Amino acid sequence: MLKALVLLFLAWVCFLFYAGIGLFTSGFLLTRLELTNHSSCQELPGKGTLVGSGRGEPGACWTVPRFSRAVIVLIDALRFDFVHPWPAGPPAPQPFLGRLSFIQHLLEAQPQHARLYRFLADPPTTTMQRLKALTTGSLPTFVDAGSNFASYAIQEDNLIAQLNNTGRRVVFMGDDTWEGLFPGAFSQAFFFPSFNVKDLHTVDNGILEHLYPTMDRDDWDLLIAHFLGVDHCGHKHGPHHPEMAKKLNQMDQMLQTLVEQLENDTLLVVAGDHGMTETGDHGGDSKPEVMAALFLYSPLPLFPGASLKDPEVVPQVNLVPTLALLLGLPIPFGNIGEVMVDLFSGEGDTQPLATALAQASAYHLNAQQVSRFLHAYSLAAQDLPPEELQHLQNLFSSASSEYEQLLDQLKTGEVREADIQALISQLRLFLRGARTACTETWARFRPARMIGGTILLASTCLLCLITSRLTSSPDFPFHCLLLRAVVWGLAGAVLLAGGLMAAGIGLEPSLLCAGSAATSLIAFLWALKSRESSSMTVFLPGPLPILVLLFLRSAALFSDSFVVAEAWAAPFLLRSLSLFLVAQLHWEGRLLVGVSTACLSSPTASLARREGPRALGLLVGLLLCVRLSILFHRCPEETPVCQSSPWLAPLATMAGGQAKNLWYGACLGTLGVLVLAVRFWLRRCGNLNSPAPPVLFVRWGLPLMALGTAAHWALASGTDEAPPRLQALVSGAVVGLPRAVLALAAIGLGLLLWQPVTVLVKTGASSSNHIIVPFVGPPASQADLDYVVPQIYRRMQEALRGKLARGGGQTPLALAAYGLGSVYSAAVVTALALLAFPLLLLHTERISLAFLILFLQSFLLLQLLATAVGTPAGSPGPFSVPWLAISAWALTATQTFYSTGHQPVFPAIHWNAAFVGFTEGHGSSPVLPALLVGANTFASHLLFSVGCPLLLLWPFVCEGQGSTKRKKTLASGTEVGGEKEEEPLMEMRLRDSPHHFNAALLQLGLKYLFILGVQVLACVLAASILRRHLMVWKVFAPKFIFEAVGFVVSSLGLLLGVALVMWVDRAVGSWFKQLILSQER
Amino acid sequence: MKDADIKRLFYVHIFCIVSIILTTFIPSFFLEDFSVLETHLTWLCICSMCVAIINVVLYLQVKPNPSSKRSSIFHKISRLLKSCVYFFISCLLFHAIIVLYGAPLIELMLETFLFAVILSTFTTLPCLCLLGPNIKAWLRVFTRNGATSIWDNSLQITTMSSVIGAWLGAFPIPLDWERPWQSGQRKGCSYEAGDHRIQAPSAGEKHRLYPVTFTTIWNNQRVTHQIFLALETGWLWCPLQITQPSHPPASFLKYTILT
Repeated sequence: MLKALVLLFLAWVCFLFYAGIGLFTSGFLLTRLELTNHSSCQELPGKGTLVGSGRGEPGACWTVPRFSRAVIVLIDALRFDFVHPWPAGPPAPQPFLGRLSFIQHLLEAQPQHARLYRFLADPPTTTMQRLKALTTGSLPTFVDAGSNFASYAIQEDNLIAQLNNTGRRVVFMGDDTWEGLFPGAFSQAFFFPSFNVKDLHTVDNGILEHLYPTMDRDDWDLLIAHFLGVDHCGHKHGPHHPEMAKKLNQMDQMLQTLVEQLENDTLLVVAGDHGMTETGDHGGDSKPEVMAALFLYSPLPLFPGASLKDPEVVPQVNLVPTLALLLGLPIPFGNIGEVMVDLFSGEGDTQPLATALAQASAYHLNAQQVSRFLHAYSLAAQDLPPEELQHLQNLFSSASSEYEQLLDQLKTGEVREADIQALISQLRLFLRGARTACTETWARFRPARMIGGTILLASTCLLCLITSRLTSSPDFPFHCLLLRAVVWGLAGAVLLAGGLMAAGIGLEPSLLCAGSAATSLIAFLWALKSRESSSMTVFLPGPLPILVLLFLRSAALFSDSFVVAEAWAAPFLLRSLSLFLVAQLHWEGRLLVGVSTACLSSPTASLARREGPRALGLLVGLLLCVRLSILFHRCPEETPVCQSSPWLAPLATMAGGQAKNLWYGACLGTLGVLVLAVRFWLRRCGNLNSPAPPVLFVRWGLPLMALGTAAHWALASGTDEAPPRLQALVSGAVVGLPRAVLALAAIGLGLLLWQPVTVLVKTGASSSNHIIVPFVGPPASQADLDYVVPQIYRRMQEALRGKLARGGGQTPLALAAYGLGSVYSAAVVTALALLAFPLLLLHTERISLAFLILFLQSFLLLQLLATAVGTPAGSPGPFSVPWLAISAWALTATQTFYSTGHQPVFPAIHWNAAFVGFTEGHGSSPVLPALLVGANTFASHLLFSVGCPLLLLWPFVCEGQGSTKRKKTLASGTEVGGEKEEEPLMEMRLRDSPHHFNAALLQLGLKYLFILGVQVLACVLAASILRRHLMVWKVFAPKFIFEAVGFVVSSLGLLLGVALVMWVDRAVGSWFKQLILSQER
Repeated sequence: MKDADIKRLFYVHIFCIVSIILTTFIPSFFLEDFSVLETHLTWLCICSMCVAIINVVLYLQVKPNPSSKRSSIFHKISRLLKSCVYFFISCLLFHAIIVLYGAPLIELMLETFLFAVILSTFTTLPCLCLLGPNIKAWLRVFTRNGATSIWDNSLQITTMSSVIGAWLGAFPIPLDWERPWQSGQRKGCSYEAGDHRIQAPSAGEKHRLYPVTFTTIWNNQRVTHQIFLALETGWLWCPLQITQPSHPPASFLKYTILT
């Protein structure tokens, strides 16, 4: 099998995965850009003056305030039918019906003062999202891509901010969610914990205690009371419980008392932020969840006519512009709601013309603001469809010019009411069109895409599973199948593009990719089925324990508690896996000797003598490493009970003194140990003697990088202490040093790619011992080369051993190649070390200890796996890496993600990484900071996937180590039989059978992709099945995003690692050719 | 011979199960405010003591491997001392493993150690009773072909099931035990129906709830242990009985009753 084919095949499988993830994401993860623009009081949203403008009046911004104060009573989960009037007489069949009789009384007694609406909430119907909508007038989505992920405070323009800007005072009491959303915005606030849903009364009683005294005072302009009892009652008992009746009666009582205290200049708003289902839950988009109630009451007559029989439906965002204009505030910048026209009726219904004019003016202001927002948004983001925007813009400009005309007519002469009404309906058309366009873009799942993406992911996993089994068969025509799949995929993409163009829908990359991936996948599977019907039977990945592990791993992603606790679950599973490994070793009688010699044959016993204590020692070391790595745990959120490790903070924040110096010393020690460990390992394998440039780089460049890192840490942690004269120098160095380290790493990688063969060849004094070549002339074909190469290698090994064992003398040396047996793994380890230093630099200083543990732990794991599982024991192939090893490797990657101080939530991202080497910031381009932060976050994914080929190589390296030990004992002992013994070919065994080598690499890649793909699949399923779960925005959606990005990083790293090994293989091939040529001369 | 062995084995296990069940009820008659959840440490002590005593007494009575070579009083005492030392070492080992598995190192040391003692009573003690303080014999039993008698088989199964039960006991730990409405009477139900506010279940305060969780582990382990005991007895019983063609229907009946 060709090398390029292996890479292409892996890349194709990765593409299938990406297409699945992309399709799912486009259906699930709707994004919206948060604009930070704010409306200002002095500046109108568009040109023109105001009819009956009250500018200059105190407290007036865009309009004259109709009310100087307002009371907002937010009753959480107040569904519409809780308020809907119930005729007196027969007792209501449900406990929640007809309980708010005071509202009913007001509606009947004072129809011009009170009105009831159906208040239509947009999904997601969760409180935080609803509160955002009720204050900003916008539609919060999954991810509001704002400037600041690190807190939940609302960055957008909102009513509370506008009140603060105009110097009004806001008093709040109730649900403490507001505290996080509006930190420091309230002149007086009484927060009560909202989390305990079994507690129906604490919040409500707390509010009632403060509500009436506050009403009596006049040191506020807006009073917000957020009651939680009804919602908690729904969660605890459901709406059909008698407790609900009690709770609603209490609310009724409260409203009655409140209305009695209401003054004439005050507007009362009673609203539910969302409804509830028949079981009392909410979060989704079913009708009982989105249909809340809104009740408005004013002590003065407000509404022109009697209320309708059937209450009007009002979208939730409409309250925002209405309240803003009624209170004389600017409408928040990002509002897409529409003013509620009933409330702008002028003074009663005596003058229909004046009323219509006031309404048109309010509408026009509203439309101007929405148009300004659409314009600003379309400049910043492209997700709103452009033709729709154009259409809306045309609508607005025609309505606007009509409005201008109307104003001119008003100055000169008479205007007809019908004209104004026509204008109003035109403005309304524009506003509703704008809202619909935004809703369609921002707030809708696309189930078809989600299902399609899930299916694509699942079938790609299946494909990985099937083909990983087939790689070992030598004559499997991968190239035909791959070609066929690619051709089909291209054809599918072209067809789909044509279809989309014909249908007039724009070309969407995610759809196109998914289409081509699906066709190529189907083509491949179909060809596979027609070729070998027997191979289509589903294979299970590995033995039962691996199945159990995979199942647990995937099942844990379906529970929010387990997702939060994954930082503990992954190490738990890893420990269990390694313990199981050793227990299994014992069960098979290979761990300890002398158990019962009768049932063990002698070779296994000797094997056991060697392996037993070593495996136990490795196990204990591994467990210790895993235990220590928990010390760098970070809490997913800032909560008082969970304490993040104090070691995650940068040294600069420490108070200084002894402890700081000690820590700095420890970090320096870590750097030194890392460099020395790499050097030691290379020396042990014999790769450090080569004059090749990468080796020189390891000898001199790595310490230089460590030095640069250490200097950067020293400067960064003590920048403030530098004397003022050196300030400029220090700041220059803080910028320069990280870049220098990065450049060094790049140079090192370049050298490694240029000459990856790190082998030292020594020619002896006289070359009497020629290589026996069975043919004359240069090697003509690949077959000849395949025959010769092992010959040369054996000869060289012989020479080397002769030198080592006998100390020179008897046989003249011909050739000695040091480190040929570990040439592949030396390259991979060097690459890993070169990668690790820049990544280290992006983390805070003390995480370097975690990196040290990471390296140590992966080394121990590799050794343990090589000892316990994969002993190739002289077989010429087919090689394969067991499932157990790959699962353990993937688990270690996950565990390391947590142990380097990360968590899969947005507030836990290390944003400081973006400023390493760029202390001044980045300007406008977001690419570089995103790369830096991404490299910091997914460092462990990257390292472990690049190092993945080590799983295949390590058993061969260990074979060499074992035999050198044996040889030493032999040499010191009898000196007999040393020559007769078969030399360890180590990694040259792989080169001996290139077909099996390539197949093994392909299989390794497919298996690793399968394990990662199953995790992504589980995340996708969890996010789509639980999309109405309470924790979906908080836990499942972020987990999915992190897992998906981690998958992309891992797969790229895997491709890089496999490509590196193949590159080294190629270089080794040409090296051998050169050697043969020079021998013949 | 085998039939008699199986009968004895069966009675031993029945006694063990009954004793475990009884330890949850009996002490409340003698102790003032005893409850499994509140005074879990006392209960753990009592339970482990009971099981240990019953194990020792029964196995001494049944005596599957009568060691008749040397039976001087001195030899017996040295064996006893050795067994005690081994038991203590195994407790320490289990403690170390539990700590390596993530239990806190310093706080709650007593709980961790008691857990280790419990595990030792279920794994090391039967080994000591059946095989004596002979590590080589223990290691031999736990290999693929190591079990030579039905007692060895039983040892394998009980030990493994105890360890697996303890392992399974770790699974409920991440659930939200720290919620005030859950740490009391109602546990584990409807936490997800919890709150609508987007707030993560804070993963902290595990240490305060460690005792509760611990009891869960122990409960879980005990249940698994009992299930496995029953299964094992039935499993051993069935094939051996069937090989004797005299009364297969009866054995089948017993098997179904047991499982």
